[in-house]
Amino acid sequence: MSDTPTLCCKEARPMIDALQYPFMQRALVVGVCLGVLASYYGAFVVQRRMSFLGVGLSHAAFGGIALGLLLGIEPFWVAVPFTVGVGWAIAWISDHGPLTSDTAIGILFAVAIALGVVLLSYRQQYTADAFTYLFGSILAVEAFDVGVLLALVVGTAALAPLWPRWAYATFDRTLARADGVPVQRDDLMLITCIAITVVAAVKLVGAILVAAFLVVPAATARLHARSFRTMTLAAMGVGTTTAVAGLFASFYLDWPSGAAIILMQALVFGCALAASYR
Amino acid sequence: MARAPVIQVNRLSVNRGQRRVIEDVSFDVAAAAFVAIVGPNGAGKTTLLHTLLGLVEPSDGTVRVLDHPPGRDAKRIGYVPQVKTLDRTFPAEVLDLVCSGLTHAWPFWRTPSATERAEAALETVGAADLATAMLSDLSGGELQRVYLARCLVHEPELLLLDEPATGVDATGAADLYELLDRYQADHGATIVMVTHDWNAAYHHATDVLLLDGRCISYGPPQKALGADPLREAFGHVGHAHAMLQGGPPHD
Repeated sequence: MSDTPTLCCKEARPMIDALQYPFMQRALVVGVCLGVLASYYGAFVVQRRMSFLGVGLSHAAFGGIALGLLLGIEPFWVAVPFTVGVGWAIAWISDHGPLTSDTAIGILFAVAIALGVVLLSYRQQYTADAFTYLFGSILAVEAFDVGVLLALVVGTAALAPLWPRWAYATFDRTLARADGVPVQRDDLMLITCIAITVVAAVKLVGAILVAAFLVVPAATARLHARSFRTMTLAAMGVGTTTAVAGLFASFYLDWPSGAAIILMQALVFGCALAASYR
Repeated sequence: MARAPVIQVNRLSVNRGQRRVIEDVSFDVAAAAFVAIVGPNGAGKTTLLHTLLGLVEPSDGTVRVLDHPPGRDAKRIGYVPQVKTLDRTFPAEVLDLVCSGLTHAWPFWRTPSATERAEAALETVGAADLATAMLSDLSGGELQRVYLARCLVHEPELLLLDEPATGVDATGAADLYELLDRYQADHGATIVMVTHDWNAAYHHATDVLLLDGRCISYGPPQKALGADPLREAFGHVGHAHAMLQGGPPHD
Protein backbone atom coordinates (compact mmCIF):
# COMPACT_ATOMS: atom_id res chain seq x y z
CA MET A 1 0.00 0.00 0.00
CA SER A 2 1.56 3.25 -1.13
CA ASP A 3 0.49 5.40 1.80
CA THR A 4 1.75 2.99 4.45
CA PRO A 5 4.41 4.68 6.63
CA THR A 6 7.79 3.12 7.06
CA LEU A 7 8.25 1.88 10.59
CA CYS A 8 11.60 3.56 11.26
CA CYS A 9 11.56 6.58 13.56
CA LYS A 10 7.76 6.68 13.74
CA GLU A 11 7.90 7.27 17.44
CA ALA A 12 9.78 10.50 16.93
CA ARG A 13 7.34 12.02 14.51
CA PRO A 14 5.09 14.75 15.80
CA MET A 15 1.35 14.15 15.83
CA ILE A 16 0.81 16.40 12.86
CA ASP A 17 3.05 14.17 10.82
CA ALA A 18 0.61 11.29 11.16
CA LEU A 19 -2.14 13.38 9.64
CA GLN A 20 -0.23 13.66 6.36
CA TYR A 21 -1.13 10.09 5.54
CA PRO A 22 -4.48 9.64 3.79
CA PHE A 23 -5.02 6.29 5.53
CA MET A 24 -4.60 8.02 8.90
CA GLN A 25 -6.96 10.81 7.90
CA ARG A 26 -9.59 8.23 6.92
CA ALA A 27 -9.03 6.23 10.10
CA LEU A 28 -9.43 9.36 12.23
CA VAL A 29 -12.68 10.38 10.54
CA VAL A 30 -14.00 6.84 10.92
CA GLY A 31 -12.71 6.64 14.53
CA VAL A 32 -14.36 9.91 15.56
CA CYS A 33 -17.63 8.93 13.86
CA LEU A 34 -17.55 5.53 15.54
CA GLY A 35 -16.73 7.13 18.88
CA VAL A 36 -19.85 9.24 18.56
CA LEU A 37 -22.15 6.51 17.20
CA ALA A 38 -21.10 3.48 19.24
CA SER A 39 -21.11 5.46 22.48
CA TYR A 40 -24.49 7.05 21.73
CA TYR A 41 -26.07 3.65 21.15
CA GLY A 42 -23.86 2.14 23.83
CA ALA A 43 -25.64 4.21 26.49
CA PHE A 44 -28.82 2.25 25.70
CA VAL A 45 -26.91 -1.04 25.43
CA VAL A 46 -25.35 -0.62 28.88
CA GLN A 47 -28.44 0.70 30.64
CA ARG A 48 -30.63 -2.04 29.13
CA ARG A 49 -28.09 -4.68 30.19
CA MET A 50 -27.68 -5.73 26.56
CA SER A 51 -23.87 -5.85 26.50
CA PHE A 52 -24.04 -9.39 25.22
CA LEU A 53 -26.09 -8.12 22.24
CA GLY A 54 -23.01 -6.23 21.01
CA VAL A 55 -21.03 -9.48 21.10
CA GLY A 56 -23.81 -11.32 19.27
CA LEU A 57 -24.18 -8.68 16.57
CA SER A 58 -20.43 -8.32 15.97
CA HIS A 59 -20.06 -12.05 15.50
CA ALA A 60 -23.10 -12.07 13.24
CA ALA A 61 -21.43 -9.29 11.27
CA PHE A 62 -18.43 -11.54 10.78
CA GLY A 63 -20.70 -14.23 9.32
CA GLY A 64 -22.20 -11.67 6.92
CA ILE A 65 -18.79 -10.34 5.95
CA ALA A 66 -17.57 -13.86 5.20
CA LEU A 67 -20.58 -14.35 2.94
CA GLY A 68 -19.81 -11.07 1.15
CA LEU A 69 -16.16 -12.06 0.66
CA LEU A 70 -17.22 -15.43 -0.74
CA LEU A 71 -19.71 -13.84 -3.13
CA GLY A 72 -17.23 -11.14 -4.16
CA ILE A 73 -19.64 -8.38 -3.05
CA GLU A 74 -18.62 -5.45 -0.85
CA PRO A 75 -18.96 -7.16 2.56
CA PHE A 76 -20.79 -4.18 4.11
CA TRP A 77 -23.83 -4.67 1.87
CA VAL A 78 -24.11 -8.33 2.81
CA ALA A 79 -23.22 -7.93 6.49
CA VAL A 80 -25.80 -5.20 7.15
CA PRO A 81 -28.94 -7.19 6.25
CA PHE A 82 -27.40 -10.32 7.77
CA THR A 83 -26.61 -8.61 11.09
CA VAL A 84 -29.89 -6.70 11.21
CA GLY A 85 -31.69 -10.00 10.55
CA VAL A 86 -29.88 -11.66 13.44
CA GLY A 87 -30.69 -8.68 15.67
CA TRP A 88 -34.38 -8.89 14.80
CA ALA A 89 -34.35 -12.65 15.35
CA ILE A 90 -32.87 -12.10 18.82
CA ALA A 91 -35.59 -9.56 19.61
CA TRP A 92 -38.33 -11.83 18.26
CA ILE A 93 -37.16 -14.92 20.15
CA SER A 94 -36.86 -13.06 23.44
CA ASP A 95 -40.24 -11.29 22.97
CA HIS A 96 -42.28 -14.29 21.78
CA GLY A 97 -41.10 -17.30 23.69
CA PRO A 98 -39.85 -18.67 26.94
CA LEU A 99 -36.20 -17.97 26.05
CA THR A 100 -34.39 -14.88 27.29
CA SER A 101 -32.38 -12.62 25.00
CA ASP A 102 -29.01 -13.88 26.28
CA THR A 103 -29.97 -17.43 25.29
CA ALA A 104 -31.11 -16.25 21.85
CA ILE A 105 -27.85 -14.32 21.41
CA GLY A 106 -25.80 -17.31 22.60
CA ILE A 107 -27.39 -19.50 19.95
CA LEU A 108 -27.42 -17.06 17.05
CA PHE A 109 -23.91 -15.66 17.44
CA ALA A 110 -22.41 -19.16 17.54
CA VAL A 111 -24.39 -20.09 14.43
CA ALA A 112 -23.24 -16.92 12.65
CA ILE A 113 -19.59 -17.56 13.46
CA ALA A 114 -19.88 -21.20 12.41
CA LEU A 115 -21.48 -20.08 9.16
CA GLY A 116 -18.69 -17.54 8.60
CA VAL A 117 -15.97 -20.12 9.14
CA VAL A 118 -17.66 -22.62 6.81
CA LEU A 119 -18.12 -19.96 4.12
CA LEU A 120 -14.48 -18.89 4.38
CA SER A 121 -13.40 -22.52 3.99
CA TYR A 122 -14.98 -22.44 0.49
CA ARG A 123 -12.97 -19.39 -0.45
CA GLN A 124 -10.05 -20.17 -2.75
CA GLN A 125 -8.24 -16.85 -2.32
CA TYR A 126 -5.93 -15.81 0.49
CA THR A 127 -8.10 -15.09 3.57
CA ALA A 128 -5.92 -12.49 5.31
CA ASP A 129 -8.59 -9.83 4.62
CA ALA A 130 -11.06 -11.96 6.57
CA PHE A 131 -8.74 -11.86 9.57
CA THR A 132 -8.52 -8.09 9.23
CA TYR A 133 -12.25 -8.09 9.90
CA LEU A 134 -11.68 -10.17 13.02
CA PHE A 135 -9.10 -7.89 14.63
CA GLY A 136 -9.44 -4.59 12.76
CA SER A 137 -6.81 -2.62 10.93
CA ILE A 138 -6.04 1.04 10.55
CA LEU A 139 -4.94 0.33 7.00
CA ALA A 140 -8.15 -1.40 5.98
CA VAL A 141 -10.27 1.76 6.16
CA GLU A 142 -11.22 3.03 2.71
CA ALA A 143 -13.01 6.07 1.36
CA PHE A 144 -16.17 3.93 1.16
CA ASP A 145 -16.03 3.38 4.93
CA VAL A 146 -15.66 7.10 5.54
CA GLY A 147 -18.75 7.74 3.44
CA VAL A 148 -20.72 5.05 5.28
CA LEU A 149 -19.77 6.42 8.71
CA LEU A 150 -20.56 10.03 7.77
CA ALA A 151 -23.94 8.88 6.42
CA LEU A 152 -24.57 6.99 9.67
CA VAL A 153 -23.79 10.09 11.73
CA VAL A 154 -26.25 12.10 9.65
CA GLY A 155 -28.83 9.29 9.96
CA THR A 156 -28.39 9.11 13.73
CA ALA A 157 -28.75 12.88 14.01
CA ALA A 158 -31.98 12.62 12.02
CA LEU A 159 -33.19 9.96 14.45
CA ALA A 160 -32.32 12.05 17.53
CA PRO A 161 -36.04 12.66 18.23
CA LEU A 162 -36.22 8.97 19.12
CA TRP A 163 -33.83 9.45 22.08
CA PRO A 164 -36.62 10.42 24.56
CA ARG A 165 -38.69 7.36 23.61
CA TRP A 166 -35.75 4.97 23.68
CA ALA A 167 -34.69 6.44 27.02
CA TYR A 168 -38.22 6.14 28.41
CA ALA A 169 -38.46 2.45 27.43
CA THR A 170 -34.97 1.94 28.87
CA PHE A 171 -36.19 3.33 32.18
CA ASP A 172 -39.50 1.42 32.31
CA ARG A 173 -40.93 -0.47 29.33
CA THR A 174 -44.36 -0.98 30.87
CA LEU A 175 -44.76 2.67 31.75
CA ALA A 176 -43.61 3.70 28.28
CA ARG A 177 -46.13 1.34 26.68
CA ALA A 178 -48.89 2.63 28.95
CA ASP A 179 -48.03 6.14 27.74
CA GLY A 180 -48.49 5.10 24.13
CA VAL A 181 -44.83 4.66 23.17
CA PRO A 182 -44.55 1.97 20.43
CA VAL A 183 -41.87 0.15 22.41
CA GLN A 184 -41.49 -2.97 20.26
CA ARG A 185 -41.23 -0.98 17.02
CA ASP A 186 -38.75 1.41 18.65
CA ASP A 187 -36.72 -1.56 19.90
CA LEU A 188 -36.41 -2.91 16.35
CA MET A 189 -35.27 0.52 15.16
CA LEU A 190 -32.68 0.69 17.94
CA ILE A 191 -31.39 -2.80 17.19
CA THR A 192 -31.18 -1.92 13.48
CA CYS A 193 -29.12 1.20 14.24
CA ILE A 194 -26.82 -0.74 16.58
CA ALA A 195 -26.40 -3.54 14.01
CA ILE A 196 -25.43 -1.11 11.21
CA THR A 197 -23.00 0.69 13.55
CA VAL A 198 -21.42 -2.63 14.52
CA VAL A 199 -20.93 -3.62 10.87
CA ALA A 200 -19.44 -0.22 10.09
CA ALA A 201 -17.06 -0.55 13.05
CA VAL A 202 -15.75 -3.99 12.21
CA LYS A 203 -13.07 -2.90 9.73
CA LEU A 204 -11.41 -0.50 12.14
CA VAL A 205 -12.03 -2.24 15.44
CA GLY A 206 -12.49 -5.89 14.48
CA ALA A 207 -15.42 -8.23 15.10
CA ILE A 208 -13.88 -9.55 18.29
CA LEU A 209 -13.42 -6.16 19.92
CA VAL A 210 -16.30 -4.11 18.57
CA ALA A 211 -18.63 -5.03 21.44
CA ALA A 212 -16.29 -3.22 23.84
CA PHE A 213 -16.69 -0.10 21.70
CA LEU A 214 -20.39 -0.18 22.55
CA VAL A 215 -19.92 -0.94 26.23
CA VAL A 216 -16.78 0.66 27.70
CA PRO A 217 -17.38 4.39 26.99
CA ALA A 218 -21.00 4.14 28.16
CA ALA A 219 -20.00 2.17 31.26
CA THR A 220 -17.37 4.83 32.01
CA ALA A 221 -19.95 7.59 31.68
CA ARG A 222 -22.43 5.65 33.83
CA LEU A 223 -20.06 5.70 36.80
CA HIS A 224 -20.49 9.44 37.37
CA ALA A 225 -23.65 10.47 35.48
CA ARG A 226 -26.61 11.88 37.42
CA SER A 227 -28.89 11.74 34.40
CA PHE A 228 -29.24 9.61 31.30
CA ARG A 229 -28.70 12.74 29.21
CA THR A 230 -25.27 13.38 30.76
CA MET A 231 -24.48 9.66 30.52
CA THR A 232 -25.17 9.74 26.77
CA LEU A 233 -23.16 12.91 26.18
CA ALA A 234 -20.26 11.83 28.37
CA ALA A 235 -20.12 8.43 26.67
CA MET A 236 -19.85 10.16 23.30
CA GLY A 237 -17.03 12.32 24.65
CA VAL A 238 -15.14 9.32 26.03
CA GLY A 239 -15.72 7.30 22.86
CA THR A 240 -14.46 10.08 20.61
CA THR A 241 -11.35 11.06 22.56
CA THR A 242 -10.26 7.46 23.17
CA ALA A 243 -10.75 6.66 19.47
CA VAL A 244 -8.42 9.52 18.51
CA ALA A 245 -5.90 8.66 21.22
CA GLY A 246 -6.03 4.98 20.32
CA LEU A 247 -5.48 5.66 16.62
CA PHE A 248 -2.38 7.74 17.34
CA ALA A 249 -1.13 5.01 19.66
CA SER A 250 -1.77 2.54 16.86
CA PHE A 251 0.19 4.71 14.42
CA TYR A 252 3.19 5.37 16.63
CA LEU A 253 3.40 2.07 18.50
CA ASP A 254 2.37 -0.06 15.54
CA TRP A 255 -0.45 -1.68 17.51
CA PRO A 256 -3.60 -3.04 15.90
CA SER A 257 -6.03 -0.11 15.81
CA GLY A 258 -8.97 -1.86 17.48
CA ALA A 259 -6.87 -3.11 20.36
CA ALA A 260 -5.20 0.30 20.82
CA ILE A 261 -8.56 2.09 21.05
CA ILE A 262 -10.02 -0.46 23.45
CA LEU A 263 -6.96 -0.18 25.70
CA MET A 264 -7.38 3.60 25.76
CA GLN A 265 -11.02 3.15 26.69
CA ALA A 266 -10.04 0.68 29.41
CA LEU A 267 -7.51 3.18 30.78
CA VAL A 268 -10.14 5.91 31.04
CA PHE A 269 -12.63 3.45 32.53
CA GLY A 270 -10.07 2.41 35.16
CA CYS A 271 -9.45 6.04 36.11
CA ALA A 272 -13.22 6.75 36.29
CA LEU A 273 -13.74 3.64 38.40
CA ALA A 274 -10.97 4.63 40.79
CA ALA A 275 -12.42 8.14 41.05
CA SER A 276 -15.86 6.73 41.82
CA TYR A 277 -14.48 4.96 44.91
CA ARG A 278 -12.79 8.09 46.29
CA MET B 1 -78.20 14.86 29.23
CA ALA B 2 -76.27 12.21 31.15
CA ARG B 3 -72.54 12.04 30.44
CA ALA B 4 -71.35 8.93 28.63
CA PRO B 5 -69.48 6.40 30.77
CA VAL B 6 -65.74 7.03 30.89
CA ILE B 7 -65.09 3.29 30.75
CA GLN B 8 -67.30 0.70 29.07
CA VAL B 9 -66.39 -2.98 29.50
CA ASN B 10 -68.66 -5.44 27.75
CA ARG B 11 -68.32 -9.22 28.18
CA LEU B 12 -64.54 -8.96 28.53
CA SER B 13 -62.48 -12.13 28.68
CA VAL B 14 -58.68 -12.17 28.80
CA ASN B 15 -56.31 -15.11 28.43
CA ARG B 16 -52.73 -15.16 29.72
CA GLY B 17 -51.10 -17.95 27.75
CA GLN B 18 -53.35 -20.98 28.18
CA ARG B 19 -55.02 -19.61 31.30
CA ARG B 20 -58.24 -17.59 31.28
CA VAL B 21 -57.63 -14.80 33.78
CA ILE B 22 -60.78 -12.75 33.22
CA GLU B 23 -64.10 -14.32 32.23
CA ASP B 24 -67.08 -12.46 30.83
CA VAL B 25 -66.78 -9.24 32.87
CA SER B 26 -69.04 -6.28 32.10
CA PHE B 27 -69.27 -2.93 33.85
CA ASP B 28 -69.40 0.80 33.13
CA VAL B 29 -67.61 3.55 35.02
CA ALA B 30 -69.43 6.85 35.13
CA ALA B 31 -67.64 10.18 34.87
CA ALA B 32 -66.25 11.42 38.21
CA ALA B 33 -66.71 7.99 39.83
CA PHE B 34 -64.11 6.51 42.19
CA VAL B 35 -64.06 2.77 41.51
CA ALA B 36 -62.03 0.38 43.64
CA ILE B 37 -61.22 -3.03 42.17
CA VAL B 38 -60.72 -5.62 44.91
CA GLY B 39 -60.34 -9.38 44.93
CA PRO B 40 -58.02 -12.18 45.98
CA ASN B 41 -54.55 -12.73 44.52
CA GLY B 42 -54.73 -13.88 40.91
CA ALA B 43 -58.26 -12.47 40.51
CA GLY B 44 -57.25 -10.56 37.37
CA LYS B 45 -57.25 -7.07 38.90
CA THR B 46 -53.96 -5.92 37.38
CA THR B 47 -54.77 -7.68 34.10
CA LEU B 48 -58.04 -5.74 33.96
CA LEU B 49 -56.19 -2.46 34.56
CA HIS B 50 -53.64 -3.41 31.88
CA THR B 51 -56.50 -4.12 29.48
CA LEU B 52 -57.92 -0.64 30.15
CA LEU B 53 -54.47 0.78 29.38
CA GLY B 54 -54.13 -1.18 26.15
CA LEU B 55 -51.18 -3.20 27.48
CA VAL B 56 -53.12 -6.47 27.22
CA GLU B 57 -55.40 -7.43 24.32
CA PRO B 58 -58.88 -8.73 25.17
CA SER B 59 -59.45 -12.33 24.10
CA ASP B 60 -63.15 -11.62 23.85
CA GLY B 61 -65.54 -8.73 24.41
CA THR B 62 -65.06 -5.01 23.97
CA VAL B 63 -63.48 -2.23 26.01
CA ARG B 64 -63.76 1.50 25.45
CA VAL B 65 -61.88 4.07 27.50
CA LEU B 66 -62.68 7.78 27.12
CA ASP B 67 -64.74 6.82 24.09
CA HIS B 68 -61.79 5.19 22.33
CA PRO B 69 -60.32 1.70 22.20
CA PRO B 70 -57.74 1.28 25.01
CA GLY B 71 -54.30 2.80 24.50
CA ARG B 72 -55.45 5.53 22.08
CA ASP B 73 -55.63 8.46 24.47
CA ALA B 74 -52.73 8.06 26.88
CA LYS B 75 -52.34 11.81 27.35
CA ARG B 76 -55.71 12.01 29.14
CA ILE B 77 -54.84 9.16 31.49
CA GLY B 78 -52.60 9.03 34.56
CA TYR B 79 -51.22 5.64 35.56
CA VAL B 80 -49.44 4.37 38.65
CA PRO B 81 -48.17 0.79 38.18
CA GLN B 82 -48.22 -1.85 40.90
CA VAL B 83 -44.93 -3.60 40.38
CA LYS B 84 -42.36 -1.00 39.57
CA THR B 85 -40.68 -2.36 36.47
CA LEU B 86 -38.32 0.57 36.40
CA ASP B 87 -34.57 0.15 36.20
CA ARG B 88 -33.43 1.26 39.66
CA THR B 89 -29.91 1.85 38.33
CA PHE B 90 -31.17 4.30 35.70
CA PRO B 91 -29.35 7.59 36.32
CA ALA B 92 -32.08 10.15 36.91
CA GLU B 93 -33.35 12.67 39.39
CA VAL B 94 -36.91 12.62 40.67
CA LEU B 95 -37.74 15.72 38.60
CA ASP B 96 -36.81 13.83 35.41
CA LEU B 97 -39.36 11.12 36.19
CA VAL B 98 -42.11 13.58 37.10
CA CYS B 99 -41.44 15.61 33.92
CA SER B 100 -41.82 12.41 31.88
CA GLY B 101 -45.47 12.50 32.88
CA LEU B 102 -45.81 15.79 30.99
CA THR B 103 -44.13 14.73 27.77
CA HIS B 104 -44.89 10.98 27.81
CA ALA B 105 -41.24 10.50 26.89
CA TRP B 106 -37.99 10.84 28.82
CA PRO B 107 -36.97 14.52 28.89
CA PHE B 108 -33.58 15.29 27.31
CA TRP B 109 -33.77 18.80 28.76
CA ARG B 110 -36.11 19.96 31.50
CA THR B 111 -37.70 23.25 30.51
CA PRO B 112 -38.24 25.78 33.34
CA SER B 113 -42.03 25.54 32.97
CA ALA B 114 -41.95 21.73 33.07
CA THR B 115 -39.69 21.83 36.12
CA GLU B 116 -42.06 24.26 37.81
CA ARG B 117 -45.08 22.01 37.19
CA ALA B 118 -43.17 18.94 38.35
CA GLU B 119 -42.16 20.72 41.57
CA ALA B 120 -45.80 21.70 42.14
CA ALA B 121 -46.90 18.08 41.65
CA LEU B 122 -44.26 16.88 44.11
CA GLU B 123 -45.47 19.49 46.59
CA THR B 124 -49.03 18.15 46.18
CA VAL B 125 -48.00 14.63 47.17
CA GLY B 126 -45.79 15.85 50.00
CA ALA B 127 -42.53 14.97 48.30
CA ALA B 128 -41.15 18.43 47.48
CA ASP B 129 -37.94 17.65 49.36
CA LEU B 130 -37.23 14.75 46.98
CA ALA B 131 -37.10 16.89 43.81
CA THR B 132 -33.36 16.56 43.18
CA ALA B 133 -32.88 13.15 44.81
CA MET B 134 -31.62 10.29 42.65
CA LEU B 135 -34.30 7.68 41.93
CA SER B 136 -31.90 4.97 43.05
CA ASP B 137 -31.82 6.50 46.55
CA LEU B 138 -35.59 6.41 47.15
CA SER B 139 -37.41 4.00 49.43
CA GLY B 140 -40.45 2.10 48.15
CA GLY B 141 -42.89 4.51 49.78
CA GLU B 142 -41.04 7.58 48.48
CA LEU B 143 -41.00 6.10 44.99
CA GLN B 144 -44.74 5.53 45.22
CA ARG B 145 -45.30 9.22 46.03
CA VAL B 146 -43.08 10.24 43.13
CA TYR B 147 -45.02 7.98 40.75
CA LEU B 148 -48.22 9.56 41.98
CA ALA B 149 -46.79 13.04 41.34
CA ARG B 150 -45.84 11.89 37.86
CA CYS B 151 -49.37 10.60 37.35
CA LEU B 152 -50.98 13.89 38.45
CA VAL B 153 -48.56 16.35 36.84
CA HIS B 154 -50.44 16.59 33.53
CA GLU B 155 -53.80 16.78 35.34
CA PRO B 156 -55.40 13.74 33.69
CA GLU B 157 -59.14 13.22 33.66
CA LEU B 158 -58.83 9.48 34.30
CA LEU B 159 -56.52 7.95 36.92
CA LEU B 160 -55.71 4.24 36.72
CA LEU B 161 -53.94 3.28 39.93
CA ASP B 162 -52.59 -0.17 40.72
CA GLU B 163 -52.18 -0.46 44.48
CA PRO B 164 -50.92 3.11 44.87
CA ALA B 165 -50.41 2.77 48.64
CA THR B 166 -48.03 -0.20 48.40
CA GLY B 167 -45.02 0.46 50.60
CA VAL B 168 -46.53 3.63 52.04
CA ASP B 169 -46.94 3.77 55.83
CA ALA B 170 -50.46 3.94 57.37
CA THR B 171 -50.43 7.73 57.82
CA GLY B 172 -49.04 8.20 54.34
CA ALA B 173 -51.73 5.93 52.90
CA ALA B 174 -54.47 7.92 54.63
CA ASP B 175 -52.94 11.14 53.21
CA LEU B 176 -52.79 9.54 49.78
CA TYR B 177 -56.49 8.63 49.75
CA GLU B 178 -57.41 12.10 50.98
CA LEU B 179 -55.27 13.53 48.19
CA LEU B 180 -57.13 11.40 45.64
CA ASP B 181 -60.48 12.55 47.03
CA ARG B 182 -59.33 16.16 46.77
CA TYR B 183 -57.99 15.72 43.24
CA GLN B 184 -61.27 14.16 42.17
CA ALA B 185 -63.28 16.97 43.70
CA ASP B 186 -61.08 19.69 42.17
CA HIS B 187 -60.75 18.21 38.68
CA GLY B 188 -63.89 16.12 38.32
CA ALA B 189 -61.61 13.22 37.52
CA THR B 190 -62.56 9.57 37.33
CA ILE B 191 -60.48 7.18 39.41
CA VAL B 192 -60.09 3.43 39.03
CA MET B 193 -57.91 1.93 41.74
CA VAL B 194 -56.83 -1.65 42.30
CA THR B 195 -56.36 -2.22 46.01
CA HIS B 196 -56.08 -4.88 48.69
CA ASP B 197 -57.09 -2.27 51.25
CA TRP B 198 -60.80 -3.00 51.85
CA ASN B 199 -61.05 -0.08 54.23
CA ALA B 200 -59.90 2.33 51.55
CA ALA B 201 -62.32 0.79 49.05
CA TYR B 202 -65.17 0.95 51.56
CA HIS B 203 -64.65 4.51 52.68
CA HIS B 204 -63.29 6.33 49.61
CA ALA B 205 -64.74 4.60 46.55
CA THR B 206 -68.15 5.42 45.10
CA ASP B 207 -68.30 1.92 43.60
CA VAL B 208 -66.47 -1.33 44.19
CA LEU B 209 -65.82 -4.06 41.63
CA LEU B 210 -65.25 -7.35 43.44
CA LEU B 211 -63.37 -9.56 41.03
CA ASP B 212 -62.34 -13.18 41.11
CA GLY B 213 -61.69 -13.88 37.46
CA ARG B 214 -65.34 -12.98 36.91
CA CYS B 215 -67.35 -10.12 38.36
CA ILE B 216 -68.65 -11.18 41.79
CA SER B 217 -70.31 -7.87 42.55
CA TYR B 218 -70.26 -4.28 41.33
CA GLY B 219 -71.91 -1.34 42.97
CA PRO B 220 -71.77 0.85 46.06
CA PRO B 221 -69.24 -0.44 48.63
CA GLN B 222 -71.85 -1.38 51.25
CA LYS B 223 -73.47 -3.71 48.71
CA ALA B 224 -70.46 -4.90 46.72
CA LEU B 225 -68.47 -5.69 49.88
CA GLY B 226 -71.32 -7.48 51.60
CA ALA B 227 -70.77 -10.76 53.42
CA ASP B 228 -72.11 -12.94 50.60
CA PRO B 229 -70.01 -11.51 47.76
CA LEU B 230 -66.90 -11.50 49.98
CA ARG B 231 -67.51 -15.14 50.93
CA GLU B 232 -67.92 -16.01 47.25
CA ALA B 233 -64.68 -14.28 46.28
CA PHE B 234 -62.47 -15.25 49.20
CA GLY B 235 -64.10 -18.47 50.42
CA HIS B 236 -64.59 -16.98 53.88
CA VAL B 237 -65.22 -13.57 55.34
CA GLY B 238 -63.32 -13.75 58.62
CA HIS B 239 -63.23 -10.59 60.68
CA ALA B 240 -62.81 -8.31 57.70
CA HIS B 241 -66.47 -7.80 56.94
CA ALA B 242 -67.33 -6.97 60.53
CA MET B 243 -64.44 -4.52 60.59
CA LEU B 244 -65.74 -2.82 57.43
CA GLN B 245 -69.25 -2.52 58.78
CA GLY B 246 -67.88 -1.11 62.03
CA GLY B 247 -65.84 1.57 60.27
CA PRO B 248 -62.15 1.88 59.59
CA PRO B 249 -59.74 1.58 62.54
CA HIS B 250 -58.36 5.10 61.97
CA ASP B 251 -61.86 6.54 62.40
